Amino acid sequence: MGDTDSWRAPRRLALLAFGVVAVLYLVGPMLVVIPMSFTAANILSWPPEGFSTQWYEKMVEDPQWSRGFVNSLQVAVLTALLSSVLGTLGALGIVRGRFPGKALANALILSPLIVPVIIIAIGFFAFFSIARLTGSLPGLVLAHTALAVPFVIINVGTILRTMDRNLELAAASLGADPIRTFRRVTFPLILPGVLAGALFAFITSWDEVVVSIFMTTTRFRTLPVEMWEQVRQVVDPTVAAVATVVMAVTTTVLVFVFVVRRRVVVR
Amino acid sequence: MNALRLPVRRAGASTGAPLVNPWAALAMPVLVFLVVCFLVPLIVMGMRAVTDLPSDAGGDVLVNFRRFFEGEANVRVLGNTFWVAVLSTLTCLAIGYPYAYLMTVASPRWTGILLIAVLVPFWSSLLVRTYAWQVILRDTGLINSTLIGWGLIAEPLDLYQTTTAVILGMTHVLLPFMVLPLFTTMSRIDPELTKAAANLGATPARAFLRVFLPLSVPGVLSGSLLVFVLALGFYITPALLGSPKDTMLSAFIATRVQQQLDWGLASAMALVLIGVTLAVLFVASRFIRVRDVFGALESD
Repeated sequence: MGDTDSWRAPRRLALLAFGVVAVLYLVGPMLVVIPMSFTAANILSWPPEGFSTQWYEKMVEDPQWSRGFVNSLQVAVLTALLSSVLGTLGALGIVRGRFPGKALANALILSPLIVPVIIIAIGFFAFFSIARLTGSLPGLVLAHTALAVPFVIINVGTILRTMDRNLELAAASLGADPIRTFRRVTFPLILPGVLAGALFAFITSWDEVVVSIFMTTTRFRTLPVEMWEQVRQVVDPTVAAVATVVMAVTTTVLVFVFVVRRRVVVR
Repeated sequence: MNALRLPVRRAGASTGAPLVNPWAALAMPVLVFLVVCFLVPLIVMGMRAVTDLPSDAGGDVLVNFRRFFEGEANVRVLGNTFWVAVLSTLTCLAIGYPYAYLMTVASPRWTGILLIAVLVPFWSSLLVRTYAWQVILRDTGLINSTLIGWGLIAEPLDLYQTTTAVILGMTHVLLPFMVLPLFTTMSRIDPELTKAAANLGATPARAFLRVFLPLSVPGVLSGSLLVFVLALGFYITPALLGSPKDTMLSAFIATRVQQQLDWGLASAMALVLIGVTLAVLFVASRFIRVRDVFGALESD
């Protein structure tokens, strides 16, 4: 082994150095925003000077930000609910169902992930203007659900494909009717997938910009759209404070995902 | 509720299997939803390319496509979109390949850390990340301030609103789509194979080039295809980090709709973008199984 170690040492060192730089490149940029949001200076320049919570105060006081926050939260929660109901049923139907045109159905379910989002955005805009749903909460929830539902189907589908069907057969043979079997056996087993899918749906909606730009108006705006408008016009660090809050929410949700996923392993 | 009845487990695809089983009914709500709230909007939009004609079109239904390809600026944007997608794919490959390799050879704990490092940006806000790059690349940003502070440069480097900035930002967003398929492929390569090559006298470099690299090619192709196709549709990152000459097709389409209300041209462009994406997938399908590329996303 000593022989191989001698040529491995420099190679390992190079790989390690590369790994550190790569991780820094992946994670570092987002961390830069946090100190920036606490700067006492009035401009967005590095390094941040002193310590101040003025940009957070400005964010809370500005009704545009607070309304955007509430709107985004509402849209994301409703999207998560609608996507998890449609997606869970859909996963059961796609994985266990047998019907003609299933390959086509699969392609339809995955296509929101592949079609360029700008095309989806102007498609929604063209269609929902006819239905007068642009600039409204229901319109945006429907649009975000179309983008988010694939994630629920993927998450629930993965569990459905790997779970032991004999557990259901056992319940049925012990006299449980189909509904009881589903409620007491199947649903508890797929629940982690449903929850993870719902959380991913929440994040999808919470972070979504492009479709929201087209589907919102000045009267009804979400947080990312407000950020998009401000980033291009205003150069004060308020956006850094908003970005930190957005990140905090996303990170919290991701931690929940990890907790939910770990449960699956423990069981 | 009949739909919930458990079908009896069959051995393989038996001949007497019905064409439709009750479970299929559960797929209907989401399929109907996607047809109404996804497919129909796309069709309605696509139709406008051939129905929203300028008054002087004279019944020429393809006039919007002609307007697109005859406009010099349009063709330049299309070319630029391709170029930026190629550059981002190459950058992703240059960083993603060693990264995935590192994940394959590292201890399980480090593999986990590297996986989290690549997944966290995957799920965090695109806008926040692009904003972070602004903070880093501006004239008074992190890089320029640090370099000036160390006395390495006197004038700030031109980083912000350049193609370099666009590539840096896009690679950051797209890297997970390169790393994940690469890692899947690499972790399936039997480590005994490179060891066997070494035992037979191959130098480490030769063992890597002749054994590991060829076996990892499917991952390279899948990752590159995924990154390239996704890069074609980028909007936010080039718009915020690039200069006007870095405009990509997506931003161009948005402007046609938002500022000029030129739905005919915008829809024609959207169809061109979809067409290009499908063409890339089609060409790729001759070399690799496209289904496998989206394997991680497969629902069946």
